[in-house]
Amino acid sequence: MSDAAKMIGTAIAIGLGAIGPGIGIGIIGGKAVEALGRNPEAESSIRTAMILAIAFAEAVAIYALVVSLIIKFT
Amino acid sequence: MPEISIKAETIVSLFGFHLSNSILLSFFGIIFILILGILYKKQAASSKKNGIFYLLQLLMKSLYSIFKSILGDHINFFFPLMSAFFVWVLVQNWLGLLPGVGSLLIAVTENGHTLHIPLFRGNNADINATLAIALISVSIVQISGVKFLGFFTYIKKFVDFSNPINFFVGILELVSEFSKIISFAFRLFGNIFAGEVLMAIIAFLIPVFAPFPFLLLEIFVGFIQALVFSMLTSVFISMAITKHH
Repeated sequence: MSDAAKMIGTAIAIGLGAIGPGIGIGIIGGKAVEALGRNPEAESSIRTAMILAIAFAEAVAIYALVVSLIIKFT
Repeated sequence: MPEISIKAETIVSLFGFHLSNSILLSFFGIIFILILGILYKKQAASSKKNGIFYLLQLLMKSLYSIFKSILGDHINFFFPLMSAFFVWVLVQNWLGLLPGVGSLLIAVTENGHTLHIPLFRGNNADINATLAIALISVSIVQISGVKFLGFFTYIKKFVDFSNPINFFVGILELVSEFSKIISFAFRLFGNIFAGEVLMAIIAFLIPVFAPFPFLLLEIFVGFIQALVFSMLTSVFISMAITKHH
């Protein structure tokens, strides 16, 4: 019984946890490309800011993944 | 079904200190970085420099230009630390991808029964290691803030009695510093450990040809996480040492 609950918990944790960061990274990428189109000279600073912002957004997905791994393996 | 454990297993216990498989692999990383440093230093003095010197110099110049755009004038003070974070995290991430890591097993007797545990494990797939460098990073941010701004100017960021709103903002800033430690530790741990689990499962499901693109993905993720760790540290340092208003 607890095995079944563990499996469901694992799947739900990462499944719901990846929705927000997925949308967030898409928005960040879109805005970065838009800014690049308006000002191609600032390419390197736009790229640096974009990578930093994507790392922050992805970290939230990683937190969800770590929770799901903890549920599955303990 | 491959044996995956979220905790780095101890191989041997010396005088109460548990030597785990991730620490064992990190020793190789330390020796590798030491050898690279010694080679670089020796080549810098000679007139005919070989390829390794130019490769390392290319890496260091790119890192210097990246951190210079974030840190500005204080780059010379912080560059050794930022590049050390980058090189350490990169080498430890990539060492975890070598063949034999996670697959070579060793028999260990524990309380009577023998278990087979991997002899090596990626260093950053161990939460202890990532927590350690996260603590170092956030401590360095606080220390540089105090060093460059003075103790009372820096503390004013957290403890501000001028205004009830500023008081709560100060408390939030304090909580956010602690959440940075957790965030650093879990970002690096989650990326690398999830990569290891992914590769183990894919190699178990489709052993032929399928693990190759995931190996490339893990190489890329290892590089990006090293870059993100050091860039985030430098951004926090630059936020801590700039005077406000």
